[in-house]
Amino acid sequence: MDRSGARVNRPPAWLIAALAALPVAALALFYLWPLGTLFTETLGAGAVADTLRRDTTREVLWFTFWQAVASTGATLAVGLIPAWLVARYEFRGRGSLLGALTAVFVLPTVVVGSAVLAVLPASIERSTWAIIIAHVLFNIAVVVRLVGALWERLPTDLSAAAATLGAGPLDTMRHVTLPLLRPALLATASAVFVLTFTSFGVIRVVGAPGTRTIEVEVWRRATQLGDIPGASVLTIVQLLVLGLVLAATGLLQRRWTAALDLAPTRRRRSRTRREQTVVTTVGLATAAVLVVPLAAMVVASFSSPTGWTTAGWTNLDGGEIRPGLRVGIDPVAAVTTSVRFAAWAALFAVLIGGLASLAITAAQRAGRLLDIGLTLPIATSAVTIGLGLLITFDTPPVDWRAEWWLVPVGQALVAVPFVVRTIVPTLRALDPQLLAAAGTLGANPSRAWREVVLPMAWRPLLAGAGIAVAISLGEFGATSVLSRSGDETLPIAIERLLGRTGATLQAQGYALATILALVTGLLMIVAERGAGRTIDG
Amino acid sequence: MSIVRFIAAVAATALIAASCSDDDSDTTTEADDSSTASTDVASTDTPTTESTAESSTDATTITLVTYDSFPTADTSLNDALATFTADTGIDVEILVAGDTGTMVSKAALTAGNPEGDVMWGVDNTFLSRALDAGIFEPYSTSVELPAELVDLAPDGEVTPVDFGDVCINYDIGWFADNDLEPPSSLDDLTDPAYADLLVVQNPATSSPGFAFFLATVDEYGEDGWSDYWTALSDNGVAVVDGWTDAYYGDFTWAGGGDRPIVVSYGSSPPAEVLFADPPVDTAPTGVVESTCFRQVEFVGVLAGTDAPDEAQALVDFLVSDTFQSELALNLFVYPAAPTVDLPQEFVDYAVVAESPRSVDPTTIEANREEWIDEWTALVLG
Repeated sequence: MDRSGARVNRPPAWLIAALAALPVAALALFYLWPLGTLFTETLGAGAVADTLRRDTTREVLWFTFWQAVASTGATLAVGLIPAWLVARYEFRGRGSLLGALTAVFVLPTVVVGSAVLAVLPASIERSTWAIIIAHVLFNIAVVVRLVGALWERLPTDLSAAAATLGAGPLDTMRHVTLPLLRPALLATASAVFVLTFTSFGVIRVVGAPGTRTIEVEVWRRATQLGDIPGASVLTIVQLLVLGLVLAATGLLQRRWTAALDLAPTRRRRSRTRREQTVVTTVGLATAAVLVVPLAAMVVASFSSPTGWTTAGWTNLDGGEIRPGLRVGIDPVAAVTTSVRFAAWAALFAVLIGGLASLAITAAQRAGRLLDIGLTLPIATSAVTIGLGLLITFDTPPVDWRAEWWLVPVGQALVAVPFVVRTIVPTLRALDPQLLAAAGTLGANPSRAWREVVLPMAWRPLLAGAGIAVAISLGEFGATSVLSRSGDETLPIAIERLLGRTGATLQAQGYALATILALVTGLLMIVAERGAGRTIDG
Repeated sequence: MSIVRFIAAVAATALIAASCSDDDSDTTTEADDSSTASTDVASTDTPTTESTAESSTDATTITLVTYDSFPTADTSLNDALATFTADTGIDVEILVAGDTGTMVSKAALTAGNPEGDVMWGVDNTFLSRALDAGIFEPYSTSVELPAELVDLAPDGEVTPVDFGDVCINYDIGWFADNDLEPPSSLDDLTDPAYADLLVVQNPATSSPGFAFFLATVDEYGEDGWSDYWTALSDNGVAVVDGWTDAYYGDFTWAGGGDRPIVVSYGSSPPAEVLFADPPVDTAPTGVVESTCFRQVEFVGVLAGTDAPDEAQALVDFLVSDTFQSELALNLFVYPAAPTVDLPQEFVDYAVVAESPRSVDPTTIEANREEWIDEWTALVLG
């Protein structure tokens, strides 16, 4: 890449600053300040020494690290296959497949976890294998979405040229496509690594008892042992490790980025019979993997130890189960709350993430810092952030700890890194010659940037909005710490129902999980259709 | 062109979000009538100016901080709270703070500037930590309550509201099918006849798991529990992370698992009957009474409340017969007030241990971390 040329055409500093202002302010206000407050109020040298001296700290750190490495590798290896299918081909059921993938991503870990336990052979139930399998299942959607956003716009002429020169499909994949995808692959790998490194629910439900990630240990120390200083130290350890990993991938990502002649979506129908067979096989195989947890969930919503039941579905209005006996959880309100929060969270996340992506690609070194900064919230234990917010926003004029909007803001902070990762690879791949050409034609840098960069950001921005909605719908950690009563989201209502004795309550929990999957899947299908129309029309 | 599109999309999303929140404000108003929590009045615990303004117009709202199994809407427990509002003019907003441990940690961090006015549900396994953190303002209600419960907090910082037992449960049908007598004591669980039949929760991550661990500390002593757990391990005890995983994963009756003995509650059998569908006429699970650990829950006025008088009035109400009589079917616990009649299902199916196991709250707090570390090394190491 002609870096000097790119620099000449960079938008002016004032524009970059203006773009970055909102993301930086949001990060400082809702993340850095609360976390800093918690650390300064609770941390002491004693807690640091105690935590670092403890044997379990090293064990937990090591386990967290290697299971995350293994999970990330496995997720990428498995996820690239459906990612290729969905990015490259147009086929019947493509929308539903994407919907199902995303539905699994947002389902509560209790639901997917129990499905995984139900199908795994007893020998690897509750083991690290089970953890890795569950992580793959959960995060395939991340690979498909993040890699897909770039893949579907990769020019096909290079692979065509390779084929003309006699390269087989696998050679082309290895020597042409994958190298071109490297920035997106790296962005995805770092996102999946952070997600699995900070894994909480999966570890608790399908892991062997006693195996803990740092995230689980932070929660245990902060809430079960009341050792908030110890939890703070572990939070910092986790941030240091993930900060290093993110900085390293950020560096690599820039080095690997190549300018590409990106085009509107290149999806097409399969042409040859052989191609058709491959598309069908991969599509069906992916669907089969997804159907297992989804079907297990639907079956559970009709099951009871004493036989089949419809009580989980007929009692969704929160009515009486028996005279005078009600569940005390309002399913309909949970659905509306979830959708309302998701709309707000997506709005915040797209606004912050969209502006940040433009700033990140426009600025060089500062952009990298902003990128890492915006990823830190998902690298931080939700309990810690929640406690920080609690003690920071507790006095006027920032007495916000009881405000409902704290929940969608928290969810948006979790979603922003994914929005950024959807948009940035595409923006980075923009050919700087386009900007140069615009300059030659007489456009000043701001105008050139507006006319060239913004139009390309549109499609990944929509994809990012979809991811933000999905993350908000499924978010549990931050929501459970921040939410107030009357504001139960679906995952919280599900968790509460499944935590109580009684067949009707269990069936209802799974019925709500089915609703959550349906709502998510449908929203994804609609978003995909809408985005497709924008491109074509 | 594109920037216009972007703005249009943002505006559209904002409109959707706004219209959704409009819908929701309708439902919140409904919820207000039944005195459940709402987002609109969510700022009560805050500026003093506001609450004085409110009390001058005779419409004080106070906040009841509670754990996450407390019902937030529509149950008879919420209806009972509404009668308190009707009688006193004091609105009660419910704030769910997470599981009991999380609730106590949050309260300890915000001690002096609490999130609410009254806290419901701290139990004897967390009591000592809560008292040490100074989150409560002492208040003794005039309502008569059993001395053995009241004495758990000798300085009167908190008032007992209910109790329940964590006990070994078993699958009655499984034992009948396999021609085996169910276990009748903690010792039985180490008997080879019951090898590989028991599933328990990890005391490091689960409240009933920790309660069962305390039952073994009570029975075998601070020096003897490790031998007992070694024997349990040798006899094939399974350990899982939490209650849901154990009861709805590994337990033969409810989870379709392969373990017919599980740590659960003394009130699990009536819950099985009440929430069964298709209905059953007898409890499918039984309770081993001698294994029961007693959990007592308390309510207290949070130190730093803006409305101490109203908070004390609420505490009085929470131990009154009106409220206490709704506890059994909504929280599956026993009311602290001995004068309250129990629902028939409770009389028929629940077990309330005659001489439940207990460990002194200060001993629990002083040893919790060390015990759990030792237990982890011993059983999971």
